[in-house]
Amino acid sequence: MEYFVQQLINGITLGSIYGLIAIGYTMVYGIIGMINFAHGDIFMVGAFIALITFLVLVAIGITAVPLALLIVLIVAMALTALYGWTVERIAYRPLRHSFRLAPLISAIGISIVLQNYVQVAQGARVKPLPPLIHGGYTLLEGNDFAVRLSNIQVIVVVTTLFLMVGFSFLVARTRLGRNMRACEQDLKMAALLGIDVDRTISLTFVIGAALAAVAGLMFLLYYGVVDFFIGFLAGVKAFTAAVLGGIGSLPGAMLGGILIGLIETMWSAYFSIEYKDVAAFGVLIVVLIFLPTGILGRPEVEKV
Amino acid sequence: MLRDNEPSKPPAFVAAAKEAALSALVAFGLFVTLIGVRTDQGPTGALVLATRFGPLAAIVAAVFVAAFIRALVFRDATAISLGRLVPPRVTAVVSGLAGYAAIAFLVVALVVPVLAYTNRYYLDLAILIATYTMLGFGLNIVVGLAGLLDLGYVAFYAVGAYSYALIAQNFGLSFWICLPLAGILAAFAGLLLGFPVLRLRGDYLAIVTLGFGEIIRLILLNWQDLTGGPNGISGIPRPSFFGLPFTAGENGFAATFGLKYSATHRVVFLYYLILALALATNWFTLRLRRLPIGRAWEALREDEIACRALGVNTTTTKLTAFALGAMFGGFAGAFFATRQGFISPESFAFGESALVLAIVVLGGMGSQLGVAVAATVMLGGFELFREFAQYRMLVFGAAMVAIVIYRPRGLVSTRTPSVFLTERKVIPAAVVQDARTETPA
Amino acid sequence: MSPTQILAVEHLSMSFGGLVAVSDLSFDARRREITALIGPNGAGKTTLFNCITGFYRPTVGRLQLAHPDGASFMLERMPEFRIAREARVARTFQNVRLFAGMTLLENLLVAQHKALMLASGFTVLGLFGSRRYARAEANAIDKARYWLDRVGLAARADDAAGTLPYGAQRRLEIVRALCTDPVLLCLDEPAAGLNNNESAELNKFLRAVREEHGTSILLIEHDMGVVMEISDRIVVLDHGVKIAEGTPEEVRHDPKVIAAYLGVADAELDHVDAEVAP
Repeated sequence: MEYFVQQLINGITLGSIYGLIAIGYTMVYGIIGMINFAHGDIFMVGAFIALITFLVLVAIGITAVPLALLIVLIVAMALTALYGWTVERIAYRPLRHSFRLAPLISAIGISIVLQNYVQVAQGARVKPLPPLIHGGYTLLEGNDFAVRLSNIQVIVVVTTLFLMVGFSFLVARTRLGRNMRACEQDLKMAALLGIDVDRTISLTFVIGAALAAVAGLMFLLYYGVVDFFIGFLAGVKAFTAAVLGGIGSLPGAMLGGILIGLIETMWSAYFSIEYKDVAAFGVLIVVLIFLPTGILGRPEVEKV
Repeated sequence: MLRDNEPSKPPAFVAAAKEAALSALVAFGLFVTLIGVRTDQGPTGALVLATRFGPLAAIVAAVFVAAFIRALVFRDATAISLGRLVPPRVTAVVSGLAGYAAIAFLVVALVVPVLAYTNRYYLDLAILIATYTMLGFGLNIVVGLAGLLDLGYVAFYAVGAYSYALIAQNFGLSFWICLPLAGILAAFAGLLLGFPVLRLRGDYLAIVTLGFGEIIRLILLNWQDLTGGPNGISGIPRPSFFGLPFTAGENGFAATFGLKYSATHRVVFLYYLILALALATNWFTLRLRRLPIGRAWEALREDEIACRALGVNTTTTKLTAFALGAMFGGFAGAFFATRQGFISPESFAFGESALVLAIVVLGGMGSQLGVAVAATVMLGGFELFREFAQYRMLVFGAAMVAIVIYRPRGLVSTRTPSVFLTERKVIPAAVVQDARTETPA
Repeated sequence: MSPTQILAVEHLSMSFGGLVAVSDLSFDARRREITALIGPNGAGKTTLFNCITGFYRPTVGRLQLAHPDGASFMLERMPEFRIAREARVARTFQNVRLFAGMTLLENLLVAQHKALMLASGFTVLGLFGSRRYARAEANAIDKARYWLDRVGLAARADDAAGTLPYGAQRRLEIVRALCTDPVLLCLDEPAAGLNNNESAELNKFLRAVREEHGTSILLIEHDMGVVMEISDRIVVLDHGVKIAEGTPEEVRHDPKVIAAYLGVADAELDHVDAEVAP
């Protein structure tokens, strides 16, 4: 029982990270119908930028953890957003009216570019970061097992909740959010009504990248180590989360993220840790085949 | 007419300079952390920093200059289409030459071992190119003809290779029996993969096939008893010349034909073997294009709903495409296994699928010649830049992006009809649909 | 079903979630007749077509098709390609769906897929150059040439379908459907975008098809010139419900139909209804 609760906590934490990345996938797919294959690698870039910023801050003497975290958060979000913006401008916008495979192939190319860029720039070895946030709470005890809720886990979940609330507000109440929803419904019409479609799409990518950066920072804090390849797996799992929750739906992305995090954690804990990624892919395939609109998605009727 | 008080040059420079400054600023933001700072593991295992402001400044300056020139010279073009740089007459002539190019290609391919006999390096490269060409032909059936975006093609390559290795090792059957068996097993894998994905739309299909590819790799990596796990399978039986082993002994190939033994014999044989396999795949595909199944594949790519309205069973059509594409991938895998003598899951990662897909798409979907040319150019180019190791992958990715933006229809951007009433007219790629289920605009 | 009926639609309803597109619709189409479906936009005509041709599964209702030789099919349960292949119902689309990158000839050959597949021994025999397949393909090409001639497109047989002008594309789509030797041909707005000459040609052509090949035709159309000219019977839909059925003469004067198209003030509606009370 205690073991189960611990896995629950771990799963929700991991799931929050996936959820943040999944939001980026779901927003972009909702607005231009494209799977941003390189989004996982944006997350990886965000993690690296966070890492480097940390190290730089420490090197110049800013060691107070809360202050450093805040600075890293802002810097990572800003710079990763810049990556998101640049990628969209260079690799996706020119292809908006091209054939359907084109943006996907371009995205695959960008994914390769980002992975190798980081590999060339920083080397292929893993990059460790000493734990910055210590301590936690013991929630339950029994059967020789203590259920621990670490401070990092609290931070991850709280930050995620905060961002989710802020983001839902953005989409529901602000003009940008309205523009995004309009573009999702009918891009041409939105343009005809005077919405700056290019800018709205750019902002969508920017926000998605910023959230991925937060996920990257959380990942760095939680696992303490990053390498250039974390984007691929995290990306696929986050995409699975987005589809599971219902592609195009924001609460769906978060819900999907949590579910995937739980599935992965439970699978590793109770079945087999080597095959945990297979579990993730398996879920993806099952969902796409049997429930393509996801849990919270809207059923699509094919127009003949 | 230039009036006296009409401002002339400076504002253009100023505007360009502003744009360039903005680009440089963006470049700075992008590169300041990842290039400006280098992290390495220090003596204690913790990371140490080193600054690289020199390279950072150089890159930002380069971006500034490039953006400046672009703003000044190509002011009115947002994206230069390379296609427009080439006058239409040249394109027409080049398209017309396609038939001759194919023959020339074939001739060169046949004599490569003669030309490169003393240079093992080129021979190995030729084998590599031929292998990927064959993979390209196989994937071409799925992606190019039927328009089904398969991102997990490497799975069939792997199934073919491992099937061959296990059958050859455990049952001791000859290459000529193991090869078809490996192909059949790969075809089964194709059916297994095909069944669940039939109803999926383009992008989702791509992701699911990617998932399958990864699942296969993970299974190969973890099912140690069967596949040897990360260590793979070694000691795979090498090919023989229809029974004559390529050894230096009395009963060997060299002795039987009165030649002095050389290790190159086997390599040349392998080259002609893969060339024959690739040519057979090519012949097969060309025949299939003229048969109803091939036409159904292309119709499926053009408009699936119209296909169904005409009574075409799109389910079996898709499954056939998957199975046949998988079979050829399996054959290539079997060849790979016997050529290397050793296989491991490392050779079957997603990167392979991406590479083969790039070859098919950039070659010009559906075009056999395009695939062959693309394989040669990409792998040859790859090898040319061998010293640059990591950078070449970077360039590969960037090239993929550049080509899909500037020449989206690939090298061979025309489609040749498989049947004609009076005259075979070549169709420009702009008219050809690919994997849409919505109505063409 | 009586021998004169080819298609019997019984109590058909189609809803998408909360939206009811077609409600309790019943009518029949008769053999060797041209039946037109008309009604304002949004009346549910294309939805009905999609139900008949198997692209939608009706929520409720029966669709029975009877061949001249007595074979009968329950279309509401069949997937679209079986309806095309076994029940021999062919259709065209509101937004023309051609295989744009393939030539006209190739388009028509795809339509003859079933026969050619059989002749090629499901590809196996065809691979090795069987003569049976060569003959079957030659026959198929002849049939394609015949139909292309009938609509004046033979000269462009080797051009890509996507390069045809709009009117020609519509004609191509119709003959592509005819290459499947259908018993019932469903045309979705075949006259859309055609000028008067082209419409007149279309009328002639459809009548000829009916006469020479015995094909029954079901037609959605807005162009009243075409509808009144060639239809034997007309079914009028409005908001998913049948509001009139009969010969062109009967329908032309039906006040409910006029009201549906032109609108009638609510206050007058009872008055109009009372006037036409049977």
